[in-house]
Amino acid sequence: MSILINSNSKVIVQGITGSEGSFHTKQMLEYGTNIVAGVTPGKGGQSVFDNIPVFDTVEEAKTNTNANASIIFVPPRFAANAIIESAKQKINTIVCISEGIPVRDMIKAKTIVDNNNVNLIGPNCPGIITVDECKLGIIPGFIAKKGTIGVISKSGTLTYEAIDQLVKNGLGQTTALGIGGDPIIGTDMKKALELFENDADTKGIVLIGEIGGTMEIEAALWANENCSKPIVGFIAGQTAPPGRRMGHAGAIISGGDETAIAKMKIMTKCGIHVCNSPADIGKKMKEIL
Amino acid sequence: MKIHEYQAKNILKKYNIPIQDGYTISDINEAEKTILKVQEDFKTNDFVVKAQIHAGGRGKGGGVKYSPNFDSALKNAKDILGMNLITHQTGEKGKLVNTIYITEAFNIKKEYYVAITLDREKRKDVFMVSTEGGVNIEDVAKNTPEKITKIWIDPLDDLNINDAEKLANSLNFDNDLKNQAKNIFINLYKCYKEMDCTILEVNPLIKSDNDKIVALDAKLNFDSNAIFRHNEIPSMRDLSEEDPMEVEANKFNLNYIKLDGNVGCMVNGAGLAMATMDIIKLSGGEPANFLDVGGAANADTIKNGFKIILKDNNVKAVLINIFGGIVRCDRVANGAVEAVNELGLKVPVVVRLEGTNSEIAQDILTKSNVKIVPANDLKDAAIKVVNEAIK
Repeated sequence: MSILINSNSKVIVQGITGSEGSFHTKQMLEYGTNIVAGVTPGKGGQSVFDNIPVFDTVEEAKTNTNANASIIFVPPRFAANAIIESAKQKINTIVCISEGIPVRDMIKAKTIVDNNNVNLIGPNCPGIITVDECKLGIIPGFIAKKGTIGVISKSGTLTYEAIDQLVKNGLGQTTALGIGGDPIIGTDMKKALELFENDADTKGIVLIGEIGGTMEIEAALWANENCSKPIVGFIAGQTAPPGRRMGHAGAIISGGDETAIAKMKIMTKCGIHVCNSPADIGKKMKEIL
Repeated sequence: MKIHEYQAKNILKKYNIPIQDGYTISDINEAEKTILKVQEDFKTNDFVVKAQIHAGGRGKGGGVKYSPNFDSALKNAKDILGMNLITHQTGEKGKLVNTIYITEAFNIKKEYYVAITLDREKRKDVFMVSTEGGVNIEDVAKNTPEKITKIWIDPLDDLNINDAEKLANSLNFDNDLKNQAKNIFINLYKCYKEMDCTILEVNPLIKSDNDKIVALDAKLNFDSNAIFRHNEIPSMRDLSEEDPMEVEANKFNLNYIKLDGNVGCMVNGAGLAMATMDIIKLSGGEPANFLDVGGAANADTIKNGFKIILKDNNVKAVLINIFGGIVRCDRVANGAVEAVNELGLKVPVVVRLEGTNSEIAQDILTKSNVKIVPANDLKDAAIKVVNEAIK
């Protein structure tokens, strides 16, 4: 078991012929991801990587392959439309890696994703990996080991750090996902927690947030009422100055509840095991289990 | 991206929003001529002289002065242009006023607050108005939140006429004033949406003694990810408002923010970069900066990163913390060795490399003759760099 993707996922790559898209398609294939088609407008009819067909549109790709997941590697100015295209075709899990999508485009895409009842992960994220089964995105597969921990994080490399610490403490993962560092993202922390709570194989959850927004607080309040599994939390940006955007478009403190300290306090109150130090994530989870 | 009040008002004018108009000067020798021109063009006998800096609270800091006549406007222009303006948003150091805006003055009957921004939790734009204009809106939100009316806008739609009417009603406008307000609100949203703003704020919007609604101030911030759609926006950027080191880092595509500590850090990924700053602090040090070298760190990125970090004289030690996914640690290690040699680094450098090819990288560091302190993990790295900084 796992969440969102597994060995049965049939994946299309939007932007498969671009440099990013083709590099990571190769990596995903090596990991064992079942990639059934690529989509690049204007390049339909070609095939890449030993007979993966390329289509002009998601609609054609879906009709011909029955794909149920999509991974998007297209430049930010076109990425929101790529999301909308997949959402309208009811592709169940859509992952968007692209960083730098205008907010205006994303609130529109997000609304269409919700109206079509599909799952979006990202944008501005490293993607999702269900260990030894399927990887959508750029998480280096070799660092993860099969196990019982679910990982949710706003940040890419901090996801890798958490996975690595878990492995060094003898703990593998079911699924790890980076939900993205933008102000508007698809699957949020609460939703991801809910998916892990309902996954029988997941025994513990790592939740990594950062300054900006109040998503961590909503997730913590939800977990307090609904989550039976232990959660280890960390919030990046305890030393971040207010009002400054710390790399991620969404990482800016614009109100009292958006600081690391405020989030950590509420998470602790809600029964989440919060680490002050990012070096203690793996160790803490081991202690609790 | 931020712009000045006068630039924001010029944009609002294009959207048919009535504004308090005027002209800017950066040279005091232009003052007399400009005041006369404002007098003539806007048919006014009194003026307001306004400092143009990217910070709020200008009035309280003495950067906005009502001037009942020509002589007073000239005196105020002389006082404000070139002053060091300190407000609650500038920090203790304040900001030098390089440009002033000389405008017409209005007799104010009532002040209102109007703003549009993104509500991250609802994933919609929110249009806010209040009868409590001209004051710090954070205080209104805290003490009397019922005095702020909010309307959320469907992302697939515009501000519709019914919602515009609700907003106007909540400010107790009727008849002609209501029509003026409705048009202004619809146009403000149009501007916010078309220009890819992240914030549009008019505080105050006023009702004048002859029952005209006018934007007395304006603040627009733009979504930096959407600037490619707006050729006119980049020229409005005022580099003197930004930290010169951050501007320099931008040229190298590095994401840098200067802080006050003495431990420099260079990290791939924004989240890990923040976490690295945090663990430096927890280990007893103070981070000197935030620096995300991004997903494609190579020898050049590391070199440029060093150049930026070391321009800050406070830096006593540097930590390189890379978790390689796509980034190959061996390349980063080579880059670090090269940079230390080439730049003749005087400060100690602690390096922690994990992930893709990290073992080869360790080997490269150990075999090189440069003074680099290798670290095993995040905690080890933080302790080592803090120790090096206080040596």
